[in-house]
Amino acid sequence: MTGFPILSLMLLVPFVAAIACFVVAAKMARSIALAATLINLALGVLLWANFDIGGAQWQFTERADLFAGFQWALGIDGIALMLIMLSVFLMPICIGASWTSINKRVGEYMAAFLFMEVLMIGTFAAQDLFLFYIFFEAGLIPMYLIIGIWGGDDRIYASYKFFLYTLLGSVLMFIAMLWMANEAGTTDIPTLMAYDFPAGAQTWLWLAFFASFAVKMPMWPVHTWLPAAHVQAPTAGSVILAGVLLKLGGYGFIRFSLPMFPEASVQFMWLVFSLSMVAVVVTSLIALVQHDMKKLIAYSSVAHMAIVTAGLFAFNVQGIEGAMMVMLGHGLVSGALFLCVGVIYDRLHTREIDRYGGLSINMPKYALFFMLFTMASVGLPGTSNFVGEFLSLAGIYKMSSTVAFVCTTGIILGAAYMLYLYRRVAFGEQKNADAAAMPDLDMREWLMLGPIAAAVLWMGVYPESFLAPMRSDIAALEARISRAVPEGDAHLVIGEPAPAEEEAEHGEAH
Amino acid sequence: MDLTTSLGLIIPELILSFSGLILLLVAAWGGNEASKPVSIAACTALGGAFFLVAPTVCAGASGPDTLAFFGQFRADAFAGIAKLMIYAAAGAVLVVAPAYFDRLNAMRPEFAILVLFAALGMSIMVSAADLLTLYIGLELNSLAAYVLAAYLRDDDKSAEAGLKYFVLGALASGILLFGMSLTYGFTGTTSFTGINAAIAGGLSGGQLFGLIFVLAGMAFKISAVPLHMWTPDVYEGAPTPVTAFFASAPKVAAIALLARLSLEAFGSQAEAWQQVVTFAAIASIVVGALGAIGQDNIKRLLAFSSINNVGFILIGLATATMAGASAMLVYLVFYVAMTVGSFVAVLMLKDAEGNSLETFGDIKGLSSTKPALAWCLLLIMFSLAGIPPLMGFYGKLVVFQAAVQADLLALAVIGIASSVIGAFYYLKFIKVMFFDEPVDRVQGTSDWAHWALLIISTLVISPIAFLGTEWLGNLTDMAAAALAVAG
Repeated sequence: MTGFPILSLMLLVPFVAAIACFVVAAKMARSIALAATLINLALGVLLWANFDIGGAQWQFTERADLFAGFQWALGIDGIALMLIMLSVFLMPICIGASWTSINKRVGEYMAAFLFMEVLMIGTFAAQDLFLFYIFFEAGLIPMYLIIGIWGGDDRIYASYKFFLYTLLGSVLMFIAMLWMANEAGTTDIPTLMAYDFPAGAQTWLWLAFFASFAVKMPMWPVHTWLPAAHVQAPTAGSVILAGVLLKLGGYGFIRFSLPMFPEASVQFMWLVFSLSMVAVVVTSLIALVQHDMKKLIAYSSVAHMAIVTAGLFAFNVQGIEGAMMVMLGHGLVSGALFLCVGVIYDRLHTREIDRYGGLSINMPKYALFFMLFTMASVGLPGTSNFVGEFLSLAGIYKMSSTVAFVCTTGIILGAAYMLYLYRRVAFGEQKNADAAAMPDLDMREWLMLGPIAAAVLWMGVYPESFLAPMRSDIAALEARISRAVPEGDAHLVIGEPAPAEEEAEHGEAH
Repeated sequence: MDLTTSLGLIIPELILSFSGLILLLVAAWGGNEASKPVSIAACTALGGAFFLVAPTVCAGASGPDTLAFFGQFRADAFAGIAKLMIYAAAGAVLVVAPAYFDRLNAMRPEFAILVLFAALGMSIMVSAADLLTLYIGLELNSLAAYVLAAYLRDDDKSAEAGLKYFVLGALASGILLFGMSLTYGFTGTTSFTGINAAIAGGLSGGQLFGLIFVLAGMAFKISAVPLHMWTPDVYEGAPTPVTAFFASAPKVAAIALLARLSLEAFGSQAEAWQQVVTFAAIASIVVGALGAIGQDNIKRLLAFSSINNVGFILIGLATATMAGASAMLVYLVFYVAMTVGSFVAVLMLKDAEGNSLETFGDIKGLSSTKPALAWCLLLIMFSLAGIPPLMGFYGKLVVFQAAVQADLLALAVIGIASSVIGAFYYLKFIKVMFFDEPVDRVQGTSDWAHWALLIISTLVISPIAFLGTEWLGNLTDMAAAALAVAG
């Protein structure tokens, strides 16, 4: 596989398909989009299979001097690999979710999604500062169109808010990137990750990057674009937004803020912790009182992402691994939850929780899937989110027990709002006749939810498959940042195991 | 330096002047029927001049060999690259104009001739190495432009635009002349290099006054804030092909001239004008962005958009470095493509009878009824907003890179943050075309020439053009270096 430009190919396939979608009829466009995303999924599997765990840090690297000022430089480490897998896994499901619900301007819709896929893979694979920025920022265009053209009633406000919020965050990062390229004399990301910027400059650079990633993440108090965008976007748009786009912020922290500005990251640790603590509690409480299902899940996303940021800024292996696992798990689970909402929205065309009730009677299969994803979102052991949340909270505890305490309340509140949601939708009386008459899942919906459910369980039962590729990269990151990290307040002592004889005597006594 | 060498250096200008004069005679005897052949001939003349200039740009011509007429005129790569843009933009306008004027029964051969003379004036402007050459070029261009603005004699708006442009333009010329006279009086020379040498030791009060007045006069020509007020009215009132011309070619010429003036004539006292340019840059970006928000007329909106873009270009100048000058040229290349593209698209907005449509109400839901046109406009608007991966972003990248390299961080941060305000109204444009319910007012068809120009402009600003950035960067670097040799 060495030398074969598989990453470029993964960018090319959806790109070509997107152009094709513009010119063909609706039915054809759907098939082309599905085929292209499935090919990309296959390529992604190939990528994972050929990824050498414990090998070179950067694999599948490609370099071409095509442009003035920056390079076409691609390459991935384990962290990027996992996020690319998440993207290519969710994409065919998104196309499936739009199969029947999108009827106007299908070709353009599919093209927008395929462009989105190009840009997401490009963002994770880019190894050049400006190439990264181009992919990162260009994602605004298709998302703006997806929300604005195919969104709900209040779509225009939501699309503007989404676009301008994220743009304002990113342009400051852009100036910081220019400064870094000028200072370090290179735009190569791996080189920059090892470059030591002067401590004074790090502060400003960190803040500029923070402006972008905090909005993307989104962190409290700049999260307000998210509920608006989620509620108005079509189902597949919400899936991609929650599943992948929110991960760009976390990826940015891991790729840029932590390794490039270790001193500044530590300096601002408490800023991130405070914002995360507020976010966990406040957005969970807000989620508790929502009447709109999508809004509820959107706020729960903000709370989950706050655990990610807190885990990342615990600066230890558990915290960062946990944050990555929460990102992957949340990508699957919140995507699946939005799909679950989409399934019943397609039938009844409302997201009001009160308009449903007792769905477990007429839609038992649906209720089963919904239950699984609800539990996963709560963080039930055996599901993906448990692993991530447990690891990140353990990491946070090592750094600060207070923060860990506050973040844990988020898990409890999370259980409250998710179970409350589930109770109102799936259990209780069937008080609405039209909701009671809805048919259960059809084949297409099975095919969408089934794979996610399998992945959620896989990740919960055997997380090693996902942790293994990332392990050495996270260890390298921890080693890079460790020089600046203060000691945590937990003062953990590794306990002495009981002496063997004592154990033996103990046994004999019985 | 003999006359033959000098004449050899101005062959492109000679072609333009002789063809202009001959075509004027043809028009005088041929009448209105001659307008089509005259347009074609004018296009050919521009094309010929284009191909004559192209080699000097590729070779990066610089140094004393490029000086003609005893240091009055400089045919170097910097001027060359500006000339290429001017000729291309003028040619594009000549291609789209007949369709517009024919319908109004206003297609007369003078149009092509005026454009030709304006292009000649601009050609002289960008090659000026002396205040007198500068003024000759500037006035030749302006006089042709005043007539062009009022070209639709029967149309009140067009007449008003012409008058406004003339009165304010004359005032600006007066300011410029006043500044030039002060500069001449206090330095004793009109040659750029001479002025630069005279002020090398420091600016006296009179010299400073001269500098400021010259800059103010130039700021009017490039419609930089605070001398931008004429722009929206003239752009709205002038016939659309003429507006397309004003927004592209004269902007290039005036900006290139301003760069040459600042760097060659006042280069040794850069600190004196850097503040002025910095202020004009920020003010143009902000005013251009805020002013556009409430506009309902697309041409007015594009006028504010051009003010906004001039602000970004001025950031390149504010660095007072060669990298900044090179960045300005890169930005200008994409600016011309975006401007020509957007105005050609506006020209293509016609109702079933062929009447021009130019308000937002008319293009609601354009993407359902005319998808190709709407998608091209979408790309151009996102490019103007500077969203990657379109080339408007690349223009901003090089300009801000130059600013960061010159340690103008505050300028860069304020500039880029204000670009978000600008993004708002470009988004509005897209919102109207894509999100609103279709009104289906745009029903007219356009000929292949419009489509060809629109598609070429769109391709120039599309991500494909990233592949050409290396080549373009080399050209503009050489062009900027030609300035350095002179300075």
